[in-house]
Amino acid sequence: MANGVLKEGIAAGRLAAGEYQQNFSDLHVPFDAHEARVEADRCYFCFDAPCMTACPTSIDIPLFIREIATDNPLGAAETIFDQNILGGMCARVCPTEQLCEEACVRMEAEGKPVQIGQLQRYATDIAIAEDRQFYERAPETGKRVAVVGAGPAGLSAAHRLARYGHDVVMYDAHAKSGGLNEYGIATYKTTGNFAQREVDYVTAIGGITTVHGKALGHDFTLAQLSAEFDAVFLGIGLGGVNALRAEGETAAGVANAVDFIADLRQAKDVASVPVGRRVVVIGGGMTAVDAAIQSKLLGAESVTICYRRGKENMNASGFEQDLAASKGVSIRHWLSPKRVLSEGGKVVGLELDYTRMDGGKLVPTGETVIIPCDQIFKAIGQSLASDGEGVDLMGGKIAVDGEGRTSVSGVWAGGDCATGGDDLTVTAVAEGRDAAESIHRALIGSGITAQARLVEGARTHG
Amino acid sequence: MADLRNNFVGIKSPNPFWLASAPPTDKAYNVERAFKAGWGGVVWKTLGEAGPPVVNVNGPRYGAIWGADRRLLGLNNIELITDRDLQTNLREIKQVKMNWPDRAVVVSIMVPCDEESWKAILPLVEETEADGIELNFGCPHGMSERGMGAAVGQVPEYVEMVVRWCKQYSRMPVITKLTPNVTDVRRPARAAKAGGTDAVSLINTINSITGVDLDSFSPTPSIDGKGTHGGYCGPAVKPIAMHMVADIARDAETRGLPISGIGGITTWRDAAEFMALGAGNVQVCTAAMTYGFKIVEEMISGLNNWMDEKGHRTLEDFVGRATPNVTDWQYLNLNYITKARIDQELCIKCGRCHIACEDTSHQAITKELNGKRHFEVLEDECVGCNLCVNVCPVDNCIDMVALEPGMLDQRTKKVVAPEYANWTSHPNNPMPTHKKLEPAE
Repeated sequence: MANGVLKEGIAAGRLAAGEYQQNFSDLHVPFDAHEARVEADRCYFCFDAPCMTACPTSIDIPLFIREIATDNPLGAAETIFDQNILGGMCARVCPTEQLCEEACVRMEAEGKPVQIGQLQRYATDIAIAEDRQFYERAPETGKRVAVVGAGPAGLSAAHRLARYGHDVVMYDAHAKSGGLNEYGIATYKTTGNFAQREVDYVTAIGGITTVHGKALGHDFTLAQLSAEFDAVFLGIGLGGVNALRAEGETAAGVANAVDFIADLRQAKDVASVPVGRRVVVIGGGMTAVDAAIQSKLLGAESVTICYRRGKENMNASGFEQDLAASKGVSIRHWLSPKRVLSEGGKVVGLELDYTRMDGGKLVPTGETVIIPCDQIFKAIGQSLASDGEGVDLMGGKIAVDGEGRTSVSGVWAGGDCATGGDDLTVTAVAEGRDAAESIHRALIGSGITAQARLVEGARTHG
Repeated sequence: MADLRNNFVGIKSPNPFWLASAPPTDKAYNVERAFKAGWGGVVWKTLGEAGPPVVNVNGPRYGAIWGADRRLLGLNNIELITDRDLQTNLREIKQVKMNWPDRAVVVSIMVPCDEESWKAILPLVEETEADGIELNFGCPHGMSERGMGAAVGQVPEYVEMVVRWCKQYSRMPVITKLTPNVTDVRRPARAAKAGGTDAVSLINTINSITGVDLDSFSPTPSIDGKGTHGGYCGPAVKPIAMHMVADIARDAETRGLPISGIGGITTWRDAAEFMALGAGNVQVCTAAMTYGFKIVEEMISGLNNWMDEKGHRTLEDFVGRATPNVTDWQYLNLNYITKARIDQELCIKCGRCHIACEDTSHQAITKELNGKRHFEVLEDECVGCNLCVNVCPVDNCIDMVALEPGMLDQRTKKVVAPEYANWTSHPNNPMPTHKKLEPAE
């Protein structure tokens, strides 16, 4: 262990060079062809398969696994992309143990589900590596659709709209497309610049123009888009970060977990990203876990996740919690931040209230604890960074109906910024896709004819 | 401890597991290793006539099919009889038999189909003091094109003729090895018996093409872009072999003729099944070629434990016990009515039973109950076919339960009759005998 681990304060380069590479390498070693075939052979090809029902994008899982088993990975990839054009990223980041793999009948049989995520990655990696495009655009309709936000929801919507022959202009405030896939997911979950390779693969269908560095509310208004385009899809995510509401949180060393995660993803060399010696992460979701694990991987001596409720209330999956524990992160429950302690403007500790449930309400017990630390990451949820620009909100999100329609005619929304869904990549993909279908029906008038044309004309084979 | 000693047409071996005539028994080195590993006997790889030995291809000789984890399920070969000098083989056979007097050493022979050829080789083999000979009338490739192997085995008259010569010019026990590449294996078996054979062994390998390379369009194994049919063996052929063994064991003309069972035997259980159908012992090849000779330890221990558990003291206690239960379709009891029953505790709700029954059979399994996945047999539709049992991935989850006499069959709305009744007396039989026939045994 390099001495850098014991260095006080927030510092870069705590570890030896080789350790970073090892720590931030691919979380799951991908299957080779033989491993994929053997794992695929475990699938029972269930009738009306529960895994398929559990998938938010309804991928025909038994079919794609059978295609892998029969040495047809491209056929498998097409089956996946038919339902989920971001199947490659979902294969990496989906909490499969709460979705398809939890539903797998082998769970009931032996507690060991078919590794659906790994198989999906196997097939989609091959298709993307070979740049096999399965869809052709339908003849141009002359309709123009603005997609705001090039994250999972926006990309999914843009691809489906482009397939139908509409012209798509995709706006994103960042310098790169991908949204949380590019900026918000732990480095070891998506190595090898996969997020950008996937963006390139998705947009290669054509008919999609991307404008970077332009944000809704800053560079253009929703009213302008509505005037210029035939339809607008908002997939702007949650750009704001919730405040701790703890005394002293402006001290140096208090940071947003999402920014830390983004910095790591964008760093040319992760060794250049500084981290505290003793880190506290506030929150109980995937973001908290991603920040905590990566703090540890950067060489922090101690990392503690503090969550104000119990283990069963954590949004992070059991797998993620176990992963954190295996990396040496300690997770403490029933603790709520009360006061940031600082010396000379720098964080030196965090005082937390012990909490408990009292008649359905979370209340402090009156006891407190101080955890010495030099860095505090806030991961207590994100919020909409827009006032909606005239679109109705509900519970801080854009209110949408089952098809993704907002209160404003001609404006749809999906992904984390909209109501419904579980703030997962895969639900954002589903919502983007379904909103695109709704937009298409609205633009063309007759859904049935257009659907038929898509089925006839858009698949290049199969 | 059960007694595994085997006496097959007077040839004694410490257990009933012999290695079949094949590459594992081509020379002293291998056979010595086999005996050290515990094999009860070997059938030495087929000797040809004196003179220049046969030549084998120099490209691949074997092809295979596999399960997903490359578990070998079936093997095919285009190797010929021994390509070593006759005298070398004879010398080695003699030495090995001298070294291992308690093991069975049988010599496989294949020479041209004329009396002189057989008359010439038999004394040479007899001189080795081997325990017996096996006539290779089965090899389906290469040699058959030269009028030997399967070309003889497929003509019952030739079989009888050659067996007669062997009995005439040798005092050794004669085992006639039969080819499965015939429409009715009882014909060559009857011919062998008529010729005076002491036993038959079966099956030899089955004509086969294991695969086609879809880039070169060559059959596999590919010899410079071409392939030929080879002999198929291994676990995949076991059901075919067992049927043929049973056919000979229960045929009126060949009943009682000793049989050495061959075909896909991989475990003690496979061996016990062949022997229950009437084989006096078994011969193994593919399993040894896949896993090495050590597998015989599992076979010996497994057979031993099973015999102890069932109270079978000697092999004779169970050899042929299943033979009388093999019958013709027309004698099956039509009053034996079964219904599938799914154990809901064991069911993992994969729905394979439902979709198999729904799409391809009798629409007799539900898919849901109160909006939840639920697979249950509809007794008024179930014909008791057993398909659901076969496709279910869970051991013992679906059982076929026989209805007791007096119970109502919900499908036919008829009460189950207590007596045995077969097709011969069924009112729908267009050629009724009007007299119910019972199976021969």
